[in-house]
Amino acid sequence: MIAVVFIALALVLISFLVDRKKTLQAIRKGMLQFFRILPTLLSVIMIISIVLYFVSEEVIIRYLGEGAGWEAYFSAAILGSVSLIPGFIAFPLAGILVKSGVAYTVIAVFITTLLMVGLLTIPIEAKYFGLKTSLLRNALSFLGAVVIGIVMVIIYTFT
Amino acid sequence: MKKYRFDFLIIVAFSIFTSISYFSYYEPGILIFRENFWVFFKEMMIILPAMFIVIGLLDVWVPKERIQKHIGEASGVKGMLWVMLLAFMQAGPLYAAFPMAYLLWKKGSSATNIFIYLGAFTTAKIPMLAFEMGFLGVKFSLLRILISIPVFIIIGLVMGRYFTKNNFVMHDS
Repeated sequence: MIAVVFIALALVLISFLVDRKKTLQAIRKGMLQFFRILPTLLSVIMIISIVLYFVSEEVIIRYLGEGAGWEAYFSAAILGSVSLIPGFIAFPLAGILVKSGVAYTVIAVFITTLLMVGLLTIPIEAKYFGLKTSLLRNALSFLGAVVIGIVMVIIYTFT
Repeated sequence: MKKYRFDFLIIVAFSIFTSISYFSYYEPGILIFRENFWVFFKEMMIILPAMFIVIGLLDVWVPKERIQKHIGEASGVKGMLWVMLLAFMQAGPLYAAFPMAYLLWKKGSSATNIFIYLGAFTTAKIPMLAFEMGFLGVKFSLLRILISIPVFIIIGLVMGRYFTKNNFVMHDS
């Protein structure tokens, strides 16, 4: 996380040494974009904070842990789509799930939907792409994630 | 201001909810703020300004012709590989990918490559890869990524065609 900041600072410094005016223009442009998206970002992370309270680690473990029937896959796809968990939390959580006996294939569906589908960030995406395009992209990504999950299931079952 | 109406409504409601929670020791409200909101907020306030400044620098320094040549309409498979490489090397949450996608679009990237970029960004990031392998194993990670690549390329092709056919454009947030 801090690395990103250092890289940015280093680039600003280099840019500043080459061309002061251009650098200031770049910073102004960047910050303007940041402030323009800030209200939407804030409201989205507020909603995410509330949703995450209800979709806590305990809830995920409970729903994914129950047997290995199709319900587990269904829960995995739904939970993965509505959650927005950063990778550094999601992967250890998935590790815990595997250790507590959840099938790798269920984890695959959970991780792929988690990474590819972002229902809660659609308001942000829509600011850039428009609502229709964002909805379509997320719907296709959901289908894609399910396909990836199914292929993983087939490979894990037959190897 | 009108386009932020819903956002401000949510921000005000959340602020009131959090204040009341703290005053009346309502534990769920306090947890939502301290354990969830604050973590995202910190990440957002540290990473995003830095990312936006990098995007601003790319904007003023990288000429449009160069981007257009490499990932524009006529770039083909090579263009796809370029955007995939760019996405794999990045880090951060999905919402940080949209401003970068906008910059690429402004500089002449094809719509297909924009969507392949988003697909690659959501599939794998090299900084995160070691982490995933550590917790879920090399087999799992490699399988997941190898299967995902054709899937997000197909989604990118479909989305790109849809976007271009409807003459859609990207907006500066």
